[in-house]
Amino acid sequence: MAEAQSYTLKVRRFKPEDGRGPYWQEFEVDLDPTLSVLDGLLQAKDREDGSLSVRCSCRAAICGSCGVKINGQSTLACLTQIGEAHEHVNRRDRDGDAKPITVEPMGNMPVVKDLVTDMESTHWEKIRRVTPWLLDDGDPPERERIVPPESMVDITQTIACIQCGACVSACLSMEVDPDFIGPAALAKAYRFVGDPRDVETRERLYDLAQDPHGIYDCTHCFACVDACPKGVAPMDQIMRLRRRAGDDEGIRDRNNGHNHELAFVKIIEKKGTLDESLLLQESYAPGIKGKLIPKPAAIKGLVGSLPTAVRGLRTGKMRSLSKLIPGVHPKLPGDAQGHVKRIHEHAEEHGDELNLYITGEEDVEPEPDEEKLSPPEASEGPKEPE
Amino acid sequence: MKLAYWPGCVSRGFTPELHGSMALVAERLEIELVTLDRANCCGAGVIAEHNQELADTLNARTFALAQQTGLSMMNICSTCQGAQSECQQRLDADSAYRAHINEALAGEGLEYVKDGGGFENKNFLWVLVEDYGLERLKTKVTRPLAGLRVGPFYGCYVVRPKHRLGYEEHPERDLYLEYVIEALGGEVVDYDGSRKCCGFPVITMNRETSLRQAGTHLGDALDQGADCLVTPCPLCHLNLDMQQPEAAKIVDRDLGLAVLHLPQLVGLALGYKPKQLGMSLHIASTEWVEERLTGVPA
Ligand code: SF4
Ligand code: SF4
Ligand code: FES
Repeated sequence: MAEAQSYTLKVRRFKPEDGRGPYWQEFEVDLDPTLSVLDGLLQAKDREDGSLSVRCSCRAAICGSCGVKINGQSTLACLTQIGEAHEHVNRRDRDGDAKPITVEPMGNMPVVKDLVTDMESTHWEKIRRVTPWLLDDGDPPERERIVPPESMVDITQTIACIQCGACVSACLSMEVDPDFIGPAALAKAYRFVGDPRDVETRERLYDLAQDPHGIYDCTHCFACVDACPKGVAPMDQIMRLRRRAGDDEGIRDRNNGHNHELAFVKIIEKKGTLDESLLLQESYAPGIKGKLIPKPAAIKGLVGSLPTAVRGLRTGKMRSLSKLIPGVHPKLPGDAQGHVKRIHEHAEEHGDELNLYITGEEDVEPEPDEEKLSPPEASEGPKEPE
Repeated sequence: MKLAYWPGCVSRGFTPELHGSMALVAERLEIELVTLDRANCCGAGVIAEHNQELADTLNARTFALAQQTGLSMMNICSTCQGAQSECQQRLDADSAYRAHINEALAGEGLEYVKDGGGFENKNFLWVLVEDYGLERLKTKVTRPLAGLRVGPFYGCYVVRPKHRLGYEEHPERDLYLEYVIEALGGEVVDYDGSRKCCGFPVITMNRETSLRQAGTHLGDALDQGADCLVTPCPLCHLNLDMQQPEAAKIVDRDLGLAVLHLPQLVGLALGYKPKQLGMSLHIASTEWVEERLTGVPA
């Protein structure tokens, strides 16, 4: 063990009973750098102020109770080494005065006291929202339901969730739309959508696609991916839900989510680079040239984006009217477009392969933890499901 | 310094001023750019949502085209960086998968080689700090941006996910905009939204969520006294600048905050006029910029 070193923890405190609102307080702690920020908090509580409140139990990243924000990053206090947290916050001014490690309660949740948040309305209620149990066909089998191990590989990642709420705390959509179902609950939804024993797959997907606060309310910001201590990558699960809903089940959601995806893919196939005008039009009203499907949302969307487009014209941003007319964007030069189209055909032949996990750099031994999470196929490239 | 250059789609579509200002700035910094005009869209994460292999193949094609030039590659879009880094990580992780993807490229005589000739793909921001160097940049500054209060806006895809974007090797990548602003003589404005999401990816799916994000960050920056924002991502620029009047309605407050592309901010310090850098094409007014900087002779 390395020598103990002293660190400063700057903790955001809140005591509902004292009426003064939230405030910052600094604690000096002495710890081995490989011990955790949670160890630091517990030392401060032990030596300086017994009223400092933090939730914890296992101290080993298993129980999911110690979610906090450390230096602004949502994570587990017991999983973050205090030495690393110190280095991170001081990664710029290595010679100047050391900056303290900041510790705050999780975001997007009401604070009960100090670092303890109320996870009911922003986490548990949303978990219940996605029907987090298996809906089977009703007739209990004589013995257990047998599934091939390969079919469970796809949902292994989501099963690793310990319900800590770090992803909810970090979610940037939820920050502006508290009704967003959110990363943890949607990852949980995929746990059952991807389970071959569940019989309500389509209903689940339809519900999550049509909800304006469902799978198409995620802005693809990766905040939950960086926050999650268990490698669940909630955003990746949301993208799978989108693929299952739109591409596999053909659900035309009223949020234009699936249209947007199809339009994008089609435009790149035809032109190689993105034609934004065409994307707007095709997302809102696909097939306008052939048969227009006048969905209310499509028309509202098109009209809604008109002021922006007109302003673009006025400043000269879209240099001519032609910029606004879908389809005038040039194709790639020479035979390049033909090659892009051929790539499309090649890749689209593999319609519904398993998701490709990244297992780490080649020739690098995966961490034992990751090994468990990765599918056996991952090292052999993509495969069609049997 | 010579680099293969992928300008992206948006810089030649809705934000032509980005492509234009990059060309001017590269010339003055003596960075020679070999444009990959046969390369294709990065897919912006949307193609990956539809079909991961398709996205991987399309980006492998772009890398292979860059590798043909024998040069490393530069992009000028956080979203391109994110989408391309994701595919590159996937391609580099698995030789069998790489071979499978290369099959699709063979018809065009192309091949993506892992680490081929030390191949890297970097955003202009990373190139500027890691390869060009801030000290060298400082020597090129003819008009320091003295007194200009600039708020950095990174764009999600150059700050997250950390494990894919070289943060182990370069832990300060999420501070580079601050470094550049300071090197150009400007003043950094700290505000809440600098590393948050502009909202663009859901603009066609949930306008309210999208514009509330943009509007909130613009408002936060204004509250901290910013004169303008600077971003290395043209998609962020669309939501923060082009949609700004709409965002103002959603957050119900006056905004009116100029948003500059990274090459534009650099260009100002190199002595270019706002008009030359295409700043008159912006929606939020940039007319004051010229006047603010005239105190310092170009
Ligand atoms: S990627 Fe989606 S779910 Fe995850 S934090 Fe961002 S908005 Fe929330
Ligand atoms: S997905 Fe990850 S971050 Fe979110 S609750 Fe589960 S374990 Fe925690
Ligand atoms: S104390 Fe159990 S996860 Fe941290």
